[in-house]
Amino acid sequence: MTIQEKEALAQFIIDQAKKHGADEIALSLANDRGVEIQFRDGEIEQLHEAQQSGLAMQIYVNHKYSSHSTNDLDRKSLERFIEQAVLSTKYLTPDKYRSLPDPKLYPKDLNRNLQLFDRSFDKIETSKRLEMVQQVYEAAKNQSDKIISVAAGYSDGIMNSLRVHSNGFSGIKESTIYTIGAEVTVRDGNARPEDWYYVQSRFINDLPDLKQIGIKAAQGALGKIGQKKVKSGAYSMLVENRAAGRLISMLLSPLSAAAIQQKSSYLEGMLNQQIASEKLTIVDDPFIPKGFSSRLYDGRGIAAKKRTIIEKGILKTYYVDDYYGRKLGMEINGGSSSNLIFETGEKSFDEMIKSLNKGIWITGFNGGNSNSTTGDFSFGISGFLIENGEVVQPVNEMNISGNAKDLWKKLAELGNDSYKWSSRHVPSLLFEDIVFSGM
Amino acid sequence: MNLNDYLKHFQVSEEIIRQTMKEALSKGGDYCDIYFQHSIAEYIGLEDNSVNRAYSNIDRGVGIRVLNGNQTGYSFSEIITGEAMKKAAKTAANIAKHNKEFKRVSFQEHFPANYYPIKRSWETVGVDEKIPYLQQINEKAFALDKRIIKVNISFTNSTTYILFTNSEGRITYDYQPMGQISVSCIAEQNGQKEQNSFNLSGRYGIEFFTPENIERLAREAVESTVALFEAGKPEPGEMEVVLSAGSSGILLHEAIGHGMEADFNRKEISIFADKIGKKVAEDFVTIVDDGTNPQVRGSINIDDEGNDTEKTVLVENGIMKSYLHDRLSAQHYKVKSTGSGRRESFRFAPLPRMRNTYMLPGPHKREEIIRSVKKGIIAETFTNGQVMIGGGDFTFYVKSGYLIENGKITMPIKDINIIGNGPEVLKNITMVADDFKMTEGGWTCGKEGQGVPVSMGLPTVKVSKINVGGV
Repeated sequence: MTIQEKEALAQFIIDQAKKHGADEIALSLANDRGVEIQFRDGEIEQLHEAQQSGLAMQIYVNHKYSSHSTNDLDRKSLERFIEQAVLSTKYLTPDKYRSLPDPKLYPKDLNRNLQLFDRSFDKIETSKRLEMVQQVYEAAKNQSDKIISVAAGYSDGIMNSLRVHSNGFSGIKESTIYTIGAEVTVRDGNARPEDWYYVQSRFINDLPDLKQIGIKAAQGALGKIGQKKVKSGAYSMLVENRAAGRLISMLLSPLSAAAIQQKSSYLEGMLNQQIASEKLTIVDDPFIPKGFSSRLYDGRGIAAKKRTIIEKGILKTYYVDDYYGRKLGMEINGGSSSNLIFETGEKSFDEMIKSLNKGIWITGFNGGNSNSTTGDFSFGISGFLIENGEVVQPVNEMNISGNAKDLWKKLAELGNDSYKWSSRHVPSLLFEDIVFSGM
Repeated sequence: MNLNDYLKHFQVSEEIIRQTMKEALSKGGDYCDIYFQHSIAEYIGLEDNSVNRAYSNIDRGVGIRVLNGNQTGYSFSEIITGEAMKKAAKTAANIAKHNKEFKRVSFQEHFPANYYPIKRSWETVGVDEKIPYLQQINEKAFALDKRIIKVNISFTNSTTYILFTNSEGRITYDYQPMGQISVSCIAEQNGQKEQNSFNLSGRYGIEFFTPENIERLAREAVESTVALFEAGKPEPGEMEVVLSAGSSGILLHEAIGHGMEADFNRKEISIFADKIGKKVAEDFVTIVDDGTNPQVRGSINIDDEGNDTEKTVLVENGIMKSYLHDRLSAQHYKVKSTGSGRRESFRFAPLPRMRNTYMLPGPHKREEIIRSVKKGIIAETFTNGQVMIGGGDFTFYVKSGYLIENGKITMPIKDINIIGNGPEVLKNITMVADDFKMTEGGWTCGKEGQGVPVSMGLPTVKVSKINVGGV
């Protein structure tokens, strides 16, 4: 669909919804396409091509709210769909906090270029994609004869969406994404440990050296040969930047206004209080060029802004969307996170390893969960045992458990090695005195 | 509905399908299949005492798969017309690169089983009819315990129409209903808050939500939440673990189920590769994966490759018997598919997947098992689990349970992860009770970015040694 076609369809949808009795409507018309290649055993295992589009809309009928989506964009089908949507909304209980955002919250400037769209996307041939994924495959495969299997993968996508609100907002987003990496399995007696390494970028030319990706995936798996659990007890815990996402999610979920209003946040009432070590400063920055969560407005059309979430361990703000913000009487700042930028420390990753007397370097979390109401958590881990600054052996089949309230106060140091391949620019994190469950 | 109704539903004819297949195999592919899907999903939610939100989703499309040896070409279209299907077929065809003549397919209707009859289609049940269920549960939950401060309830239901056809001439179809009510509570006592939830899910129509089940949804959600006020954590380390009958079947799903999916074994990346015919557990351990249990969430009348589903024995009396096969792996191992080829939607090629995975009853009694434990835990409810296929490390998260000390249940426990190694834990299943129960909850299994509904079950079981997270 061209932009003009989308705009015409948006108007049709708004007119239909109003005709059937909706007071306000917000909608997004999006389409994307892309190619995915899985390469294994020296040949293409799967070549997958996708092209799709869809409508998502939120409607308000006398402060009754509902949300609907469909991929059947035929006008006749849409007419029925919208009529049905409005009709079913009429049965709901009115909720005075339900309405479109105040137009004052919409962005003033939609021209800022966040560099999310690679114009060369349509010039990429399947042969080029295949060549790239093959490079990753070969580099991994050649690392060792202990390798049983290498599955290299490449995918790309080009996305375009139009968002329109009936009270005066309209915005267009265009972006591209490229993902490439490999999963490697190695022989270790009866076991076949595996590891992966994947990177992503907005522009094809920003992907790093493809050989290094394959080598990293293979080295990760080879490093696990001989893994076993060690004694239960307290250790320093060094979480490698790539693995830290799990802990960040645990930190974010209790920060939403929905969690605060629904009493399911252990951080309720903690604004401007110390919730973490003073080493921790996190800024949510939606304007990073080429960022994976960069944006000018969020899923409610609300203007993005830079927000300091935690400053020297003090909680500075919650994520407040318009609905729960109204319900709580809090200032609305957009309900979801964008790019998270962690203030980094001085030491390199190697220097951090060297500084450990008795520690566990975590390369990945394996299962587990956390409870945002109480802060309780428990995760499985794999990684390496470190003694006197040296790597002793790979470890697995161990757990860490505790409460997030205590965990973040035990954060002793952050590395200088911010992770580049995600919207969370987090460096490696060192925590002191963490209880591991092992033998 | 019969075949003609399904063809009409998707506005296609056998001739359009034949033309699409001709295009799909135009580059010399060995085989192709076409998967039409139309899903309607609905949700209503109660929060702060009112049903003040509803969502609905319609998803419709056709997926075209071409096989060339072990290679897969896949494409899909959201528009179901001859022209759009031809275009998608042309893309999928590119996995093959030689010339072969297309043989005209004549279609043979395959009649599916009927494991989940329902009284009324969800499409005839309006929002207004569902609202009172949520209001009743909400009132009951607040009435049951003064410490309850928040109740969140969701009612979700879906209907999926599937029409499947392949270049071998099979044409078949399925109608898949699903209903689920979930209740989540937050309770507060002396400034301490706790949260827990309960849900019932299956291939049900609205008739499943009887007054008894509505009562149970409220009661179990409330009781499981307030029980957590007394709960603590065990000491960390390895210990005896008893798994209570029912949703503890998550043990099987993670410890052995995924490892038995034949694609991982064909690629030699599963820790269970080369284990068929070998002794892997005690004689009283028999584990099956079954798609035929009436109304159960993981049941399917046909799999997503048009094959009949079945009850597949994975482990019989301690001996490993069979993997879970889809077409590609069955072709590789030269066996019959076990009807385990499943996919999330028309956007994906199928993979070998679990359905309802469970262990048959054993010779012991639950009381006897608890009495035999010196120091350990009994795990009752779970939230999630996962596994490393090759390393064999699997985990599952225990939401609630109890300590067992000297054969007696003592303090409640909460929020701990359990981690073990699949083959070792199978060996360490030392007791199996006779109290088998299938879980009633809404489990969804994820693999390679595709979620499919599953279920699982277990009698009370003892694992002699496994690592329990603690403080």
